[in-house]
Parts: sequence; C-alpha cells; structure tokens
Amino acid sequence: MADQTAGTSGGKASLNINLRENGMLMALIAIVFFFLVVVRVTQGVDFLSAQNITNLFLQNSYVIIMALGMLLVIVAGHIDLSVGSVAAFTGAVSAVLTINLGWPVWAVIPTVLVIGGVIGAAQGYWIAYWRIPSFIVTLAGMLVFRGLTLWLLGGQNVGPFPKSFQLLSTGFIPDIIGPGKPNLTALALLALAAAALIYVGWRARQRNAAYGMAQEPIGLFWIRNLIVAGTLMFVGWKLASFRGLPNVLVVMAVLTVLYAFFTEATTTGRRIYAIGGNLKAAKLSGINTERLTFLTFVNMGVLAALAGMIVTARLNSATPKAGVGFELDVIAAVFIGGASMTGGSGKIVGVVIGAFIMGVMNNGMSILGIGIDYQQVIKGLVLLAAVIFDVYNKSKS
Amino acid sequence: MTTLLEMRSITKTFPGVKALDNVNLTVREGEIHALVGENGAGKSTLMKVLSGVYPHGSYDGEIRFAGQEARFAGIHDSEGKGIIIIHQELALVPLLSVAENLFLGNEVAQGGIINWRETFCRTEDLLAKVGLNEPPTAQVDSLGVGKQQLIEIAKALAKDVRLLILDEPTAALQENDSQKLLDLLLELKAQGITSILISHKLNEVSRVADNITVLRDGSTVATIPRAEITEDRIIRDMVGRDMAHRYPERVRNPGEVILEVRDWNAFHPEHQDRQVIRNVNFTARRGEIVGIAGLMGSGRTELAMSLFGRSYGRNITGQVLIDGTPVDCSTVVKAVDAGLAYVTEDRKALGLVLDEPIQWNISLANLAGIAVNGVINRMREQEVAEGYRRAMNIRTPSVFQKVVNLSGGNQQKVVLSKWLFTEPKVLILDEPTRGIDVGAKFEIYGLMNRLADEGRAVVMISSEMPELLGMCDRIYVMNEGALVGELTAAEADQERIMSLIVNH
Repeated sequence: MADQTAGTSGGKASLNINLRENGMLMALIAIVFFFLVVVRVTQGVDFLSAQNITNLFLQNSYVIIMALGMLLVIVAGHIDLSVGSVAAFTGAVSAVLTINLGWPVWAVIPTVLVIGGVIGAAQGYWIAYWRIPSFIVTLAGMLVFRGLTLWLLGGQNVGPFPKSFQLLSTGFIPDIIGPGKPNLTALALLALAAAALIYVGWRARQRNAAYGMAQEPIGLFWIRNLIVAGTLMFVGWKLASFRGLPNVLVVMAVLTVLYAFFTEATTTGRRIYAIGGNLKAAKLSGINTERLTFLTFVNMGVLAALAGMIVTARLNSATPKAGVGFELDVIAAVFIGGASMTGGSGKIVGVVIGAFIMGVMNNGMSILGIGIDYQQVIKGLVLLAAVIFDVYNKSKS
Repeated sequence: MTTLLEMRSITKTFPGVKALDNVNLTVREGEIHALVGENGAGKSTLMKVLSGVYPHGSYDGEIRFAGQEARFAGIHDSEGKGIIIIHQELALVPLLSVAENLFLGNEVAQGGIINWRETFCRTEDLLAKVGLNEPPTAQVDSLGVGKQQLIEIAKALAKDVRLLILDEPTAALQENDSQKLLDLLLELKAQGITSILISHKLNEVSRVADNITVLRDGSTVATIPRAEITEDRIIRDMVGRDMAHRYPERVRNPGEVILEVRDWNAFHPEHQDRQVIRNVNFTARRGEIVGIAGLMGSGRTELAMSLFGRSYGRNITGQVLIDGTPVDCSTVVKAVDAGLAYVTEDRKALGLVLDEPIQWNISLANLAGIAVNGVINRMREQEVAEGYRRAMNIRTPSVFQKVVNLSGGNQQKVVLSKWLFTEPKVLILDEPTRGIDVGAKFEIYGLMNRLADEGRAVVMISSEMPELLGMCDRIYVMNEGALVGELTAAEADQERIMSLIVNH
C-alpha cells in the first residue's frame, strides 16, 4: 500500500479514500477471522492451514489476474463480459496445441497469449473505433467464444496435460537457498516483499510530508503496515512449511506490482483514468482515446488468456464448461474493490483486496459445506453491501 | 401593490460557514424582482431556503408568502403554493416530447391513464402563451437551448405559478433569444405573474427589473428601486468597491503575424452536404487579442474546434500557418505541438475532469512535461501546479482539491493553466467568462492581457459584445459560417457589429 498519494485530493478527501481502502482491508481480515473460528468450531480443522492458504492462492489466481485487466477496462468506462468465455477458449486452444499437436510448453504459452491479444483486439476494435457499446460487443464475444470452445473441444474434455504445462498452476518455486523444509526461499522472498512495502510506504510518506500534503496519522500508518507485513510473514511461514511459493503466486504478485505502478505512475495509466473521467475533455487534451481504449481490451484479452491457461493447467484438462461465470467474479472483485461504475476511478490495491474477499468467501463457504445456492445469495449480498458502502461514503463527503 | 413574499432575517449556516446572514427580501405582487450578486454571495442558498430544499427548521428567520407564514418541508410544499424555480441546468427529459415534458409528474390523467387529446390541447395553449410555435409532439432535444428555456417556463405555467424564479435563464442563450425571454417575462408580468430573476447580466437586469436586491457575502447590501438603477451602482454594490474600469488597461502593441488561416472550410459531421464553415481567412498577431463576434450557431465554436485537431466537422480543407510556415493540425496532438491551444466554452463537459484534483487537470494536456520515460514525476507535477496556482491566483486550500469544488472562475483558471503548460503560441478562448462573476471576470481579462503581453496571440470568441469591444484589438464578425467583416478596435461598436451580421 505504497500509494496513498495516488489520485487523491488531499485533506478530507484523502482521508476518506484511506478510510475506504482500510475499511475493505478490515472487512477482509474480519472475514478471514470469521472463517477461522467457525471452521475450527464446526469442522475441527484449521482454516489457515498451510495447505488451505496454498489452495486459496491457487483457486483465486485467475480472478486476480483478470481483475487487473478488468480494472483498466472499467476505469476507461467500459465493461468486458467475455473474459470467462475467452479464458475457456484460450484454455481449449492450449489443450489442442499441447495434447493434440504436441507443441512444447514454451511455444504454447506465448502463442496462446498472442491469441488472447488478438481476441481482445477484435472486440476492442468495434468498441474503440466504431463506438459500439462494450456491453454489447463483449456480450456477443461471450457467446461466440463459448461456442468456439465447444466446437474446438468437440464437446469433450481434453487432457491430461504433460507435467511441464501443469507446472503453470501447480508448480512451486524450488528452494534454492535452504534445505527445502521449511522453504527458506519462500520465507526470504516474503520477508523481502514486506520490507519493500514498508519502505516504499515510508518513502511516500516522507515525500508527501516534504510537500505539505495531508497525511494519514502516523499511528494508522504503522498499524496498517504492521498488519500487512505480519500477514505476509505469516503466509510466508505457512507456505514455507508446506511446499513453498506457488509459481502462480509469484506471477500474480509480479503482475499486481506492475499494474499498480502502471496505473499510478505512468502517463499512459493516467490517460486511461482521464478517458473514464471525462472522455471529451481527454480527447480535447490531445489524448488518443480510441487507441487507448483499444489497447485496454487487447490487454484484457492477454490476461484472460493467461488466466485461461492457469485454470486449464489446474484442472489438468480443457473442458467446454470452464470459466462459466468467471466474468461475474472478476467484475464483482473490481467493484468490491471500489471502482466506479461510470469509470475514472478505482485502484489496483482495492481490486486485489476485493478479489481476496470473494476468494476467501468461496473457499470458506465450501469448507463449511454451504450449498452452492446459499453461496450465490451470500456473494450477491456482499457485492451489494460493498457498493452501498461506497455510495454512502461518497454521499457523506 | 401588496407584498407577495417576505423573507425576514434569514440566516443559514453550514458547518463552518455562514452562507446567509440576516438576509431580507421583499417581493411585491406583480413585479419583476432581480437578485444579483457574485458567485458565492448566497443567491442559490436563499432560493433553496425559499423553495424548501432546505426545509423549515434548518434555517433561522421567517418566510411569509401571500400573507401567511410559510413552513415548507420540501419542494413539493412550495410548488403547491405556486412557487416554481427554473434552474440554470434545465430539467427537461431530452428524449420525451414537449407535451410529455410539460406535464411530467403532473399528467392530465384519470386513474393513471393519460388523456392525450386534453394534454395536447393544453400544451398548445401553453406554448402559445410563451410564444413558441412548435408541435406538442416535437422531441425536446431537437429544439435549441433558447426554446427549451421557454418550455421550462411553459411547464411552470402549467402548474398555476404565482411566483416564478429564474436562475440565470439567459446564461446559455444568444443575444436575440435572451431578448425574447426577457420580453416574455415582461408579458407575464402584465398578466400578473410575479417573478424573481437571478442574473449576472446587468444590462438585462436593468432593463426588466422593478427592484433589484444585491447580495454580497451572504448579506443583503441594498434593494435598488427602478428609478435608481444604473449598472455602475449595481456593480459597486456587488463587489463593494467602485469599478471605474471594467476592462483592465493594456498598451496595445501587436507584432508580426503568428497565426494565419487560409480558405478554411468544414462540413457538418452528420449532414455531409451542410457546409458549416465557409472560406474563412483570418490572422492573429503576436501580442494581439483578436475577437470573433457572432450569434450562436454562426459557426464560431465550430471554426475553433475544426482548427484544433479537427475536433469538429468533416471534409475539412484549408491551410493553417504558424509563424509563416504551414503546419499540420489534423489531430489535437499535432495542433498542440504546432503551438495551438483551445479553451472550450463548456469547461465542465469538455475542459475538465471534475472528479480529479487541480494538479491532475493542469498536467493533463502535457503529461510528457512532468514525466521521464512515461513515468510521472509527482513532485514535478506538484511544483508545476503550485506555480500556476500562484501565477493565476487560483483560490484553493491546496492543489489536491478536486476541481468540482472550485467556483466557475477558479475552474476557468485551471483550464487556462492546463493550456499554458503546453506553451502555446496561439490561444483560442471560447466564451472565457461565461458563468463567471464580475470580480473573476476582471481577473480573467487581466490574464488575457498578460498572455498577449508575453507575446502570444489570443483569439477570443464571445457572445458578450461589450466584452469584445473592451478587450480586443481587432474583431472579426462571423455569420452563417463565414467571416462577414473585420473591424479595428477604433471603428468597432455594437451597432456596427450587429449591422454586419444583419446585412449578410
């Protein structure tokens, strides 16, 4: 959370945004504790066992990865309903290439990412240059790519995959500096990440102070950072005592940092927010709104392809039903994370927290054996509550 | 004449601010009462108290309407008594017909079923009353702003209005539409309808008002009766000081030609055979302020926007020269690189990202100027913004303030800062003082003079002729997409400009 400066407006407004972000973080922690207690009492197992934490990451990686792209799409004032189908289709393509055609994994991954980009471009073209509403274009895409998945797989599951492809989702970073158990590499990397987070946050604080910007109270800063760092170390310890860092977690973490940097510190990121904030003003300020809109959809397609491969590798087979409803999880994560429906606002950190809230609830409710019927109801209500909280906050300020 | 409305020692406080302090307003039956004051003087707050937006109990003081004490709990109550406000932002539904709009929420219906024949009949009567000759089935967004304003008034008449309140009704209107609207007000007055007119345009106010109440900083300064109304008096009361010169002095010293536009033509973006700009040729010199006068729809904004990166129109032909060399202005980026900047007439919709902070908006058109290899340097961004805050005198607690919270004048300064940061040689300012109060206008004029003195060329598009006459070294007159005349400051006056428009 090294980004308190980003896009905030100082004074009260900045405190409000902090309140919101911290609020969602608190909600996430509260939900985790809730399951920790309830799972212990009713099932007699540890919700935060090493295995379940690993599972949490493996299960939710695809949501987070796609939510990063979806945030950009939503910030630009659009929506992408096709990501579930695109993930399924690209997963199917990777299965056909790997299993039916025998391509090696190093050739399959870039090829499928390019295909994802082409799919994004095919949709983005109509949205950006023909001004066809993204809802309609991607609704069409949702149907088209679901159909193409069925056609490509002939209605069958295709699998299993060779080991090398499965590593994409079930692999772990080998322990290069220690004995393997506990996995010292995992511990060291997470300690490094925690230190880096605090350092960057502290530096931003110093810089803000030098410029006389409004700051959150120092106590709040430390409490939040210690909670985050403590959580990271706890997770690191648990992962280390199990099988180490999942590959997927590393991919996810690297992408999250990259996208956070992109949205908050680069001119291109800034321009995407301007497009969503006021399209016409952005255009008259010399921003190539069409090209940027197009590129956000290309980016979305690439990330959907990556997620598609991860999901396929995890299931160890491409299935026609893969990715059904993913788009809703992803979109929900972005809105729970605080993005605005009308575009122009939303942050990567929020989206990651939002995705974890959804993910922890999915996982916890499954462990408790809550039926899929109730799960949907509860998830729906959480989405609604998060957005109501947001609107209420805004109307107060 | 009897008193219709009396507001007595109204005081309204918001956390930390006293928005209204002991304000008195007395409106007599059948008069046109003008309410003037700078932005933030408390006019809107006073009207919100009157209409019940701030319900009884949330303010101190007493309201008496038609001889009774009024305690409105909401707009519904005040409308029930016949007090109707027409806001600056029109509250019409653009995709519905005139008739549907007139009776929205007040439908001629029995048991929820609309009686269309009766609706249309009444609509025609109401339209006749406001002097509009449009079919009741016309879709509202097919009519111009002037006509929409009249429909708002007709809508008020449909509700048996006793006191009509118009908030800046002519702000978006062209000279002749404004005249029509003011004539209508006088006619309604003759029919016995009392109105309160809130306006920035002092000439209009002095033309129609029977009494003028001036608010300053939340207090009543004076109520001026008809006989004593002069523009100077009103301005003195509004700003609390004498404004001998409404336009700051400047030594006029134009240099060589910077901008030259040759044979510029453009067509309507949707109707391909409609030529919007016809063979326009004009120049602007270093250190010169050039005006473009004309009626609304004469093509001034379209000319500016078609020049600025072809942001308007299609099949655009012609040549733009800057410092004597032809430049490519086919996209906004190229136009900015060539040294052009365009400050739009609609700063909220086209000029600003309202929900973002000041410093964010200032850097938007020149992000490269605060970035290294595409990575924004926040400190540099803030320095730039602070620099403009001081130079332009933007009144704000900090540059992290969202621009939506600024007054119109300060917002305009942010837009100007944004374009100055692109280091333009030529600035095209489209209605730069629209919706800005007198004090801020004076500041904007001063800034324009400074820009000219720095050696830039300023092209000023305005519908307010006094402002063009006060500021410009040269004025082009535009009509129906063509330039129909060019006048120097010495030879220009309102009659000449109007006659050039009328005779073409």
